[in-house]
Amino acid sequence: MEMSTLLVVGGLLSIVIVVLVKGAPSLSIAMLTQTSNGGYYLGKEGGILNAILGSLYLAGGATAIALAVSIPTALYLNEYASRSRFAGFTRNSLDLLWSVPSILYGVFGFIIMIYIGLGTSLLGGIIALSLLELPIMIRAMDEVLRSVPQGLREASYSLGATKLETATRTVVKQALPGLLMAVLLALGRALGDAASVLFTTGYTDSLPTSLFQPVASLPLAVFFQLGTPFPEVQQRAYASGFILLVIILSISIASRLLTTRFNRFVIK
Amino acid sequence: MPETEIRIQNLTVGYEGREILSSITVDIPKNQITAIVGPSGCGKTTLLKTINRLIDTSDGATFSGSVQFGGVNILGDHVDVNDLRKQIGFISQTPTPLPMSIYENIAYGPRIHGVQDKATLSSIVERCLRAAGLWDELKSRLSEPATRLSVGQQQRLCLGRALAVEPRVLLCDEPTSALDPISSKHIEDQLAALRKQYTIVLVTHTLRQAKRLADYALFVYFGSLIEHGTADQFFRSPTDSRTRAYLDGIFG
Repeated sequence: MEMSTLLVVGGLLSIVIVVLVKGAPSLSIAMLTQTSNGGYYLGKEGGILNAILGSLYLAGGATAIALAVSIPTALYLNEYASRSRFAGFTRNSLDLLWSVPSILYGVFGFIIMIYIGLGTSLLGGIIALSLLELPIMIRAMDEVLRSVPQGLREASYSLGATKLETATRTVVKQALPGLLMAVLLALGRALGDAASVLFTTGYTDSLPTSLFQPVASLPLAVFFQLGTPFPEVQQRAYASGFILLVIILSISIASRLLTTRFNRFVIK
Repeated sequence: MPETEIRIQNLTVGYEGREILSSITVDIPKNQITAIVGPSGCGKTTLLKTINRLIDTSDGATFSGSVQFGGVNILGDHVDVNDLRKQIGFISQTPTPLPMSIYENIAYGPRIHGVQDKATLSSIVERCLRAAGLWDELKSRLSEPATRLSVGQQQRLCLGRALAVEPRVLLCDEPTSALDPISSKHIEDQLAALRKQYTIVLVTHTLRQAKRLADYALFVYFGSLIEHGTADQFFRSPTDSRTRAYLDGIFG
């Protein structure tokens, strides 16, 4: 058991180290504060601010949409239809969707965009990524809500609370730290996914200005920069990858701190 | 004979095809403590959960017969169960504080039923914590999470919380079974003090507790009501041989 744990930790650490070592020569303040100079594909100077902002907008927007849909869905599955056939069917479908390759979400998003006459754009990416996030978020929330003790619901019902009041005022409160983790899981996936934004968002060297314009994103910045024959540009790909790692790590730490705060009132 | 608060007639409750309670008929007296005794798993909790319709929350429960409370059959389809549960409070076997502060635990019920004024809520919190015998211990700790309290305090908090929505009846499902003797004594004292204003139905598996508190007693055995009567008569001269055997500690 210790060996396998060590193997996991070692494997993950070596990824971080390789990315850091290979990208270190290109890491600079300019990477964070400027946009690319000379094009994303060939540019050897400037930065990837466009990709950083683009990724944050994409993942933020997608997570907001996914959250707005996931909470009611997860509550419905648990509080209203927990043992119904429909709930079982929904859970199975979501499990299936969880394992669908993200390129298919990209393709599906692209088809929707053609239907509504939308070109590659921030909005298109947000739609595709929110589809990608939904099964992850809903199923994670579903498991969290399922672990809320039945006694808490009964306590709330016993005071004359309705199902909705019980769900929103007691169940959600108890589940808050877990719900936050579910959001984080989905957000991390969206931040790091390249395939679903490939067709839907496009890529650009300029900063995001509108929902209807293409934006850059970090995973694609890595992808494009790594695809060039020039070692300097490839180095920038590793640096971009490292920045992506740091962003995900900081979100993870922030949410951990937030979770401890929410944990104060949770019934163990 | 005192006034009747709840009139149970021919109540039969089934769960997933199995009969849990069979034709129970009994009158629960108003503003007294009615103790329900019997071996575990014989349907005592089901009886309580039928009276406040908490049984609705588990799928597969069926009932027939009638339970008259406040002039209506509460088993009827058109009964507002939320309003019913407001009038019939419930205290469960293990303390179930809600995931919020001590203050919010008490204010939860009144808020649900539309009380928003802060001063009113604060006075409700004080009144209920006093009634639960917790005010002096907790008045300076109201914003702390309820989980910080000891198990005994948590159960008294649950009692206070139940009182906050001004019920007429309190259903207590072995409220002291998870508690140490001192906390149990606190709860018993609280219940004894509340009997003047509330109809209390107490499920217990400790006969001594039933003897200490009950004005009226029921013996339930394998889903049937074997015997019921005033505590005096019930404990001194039970008529049914099974009741006698149970009271003598031959089984259960």
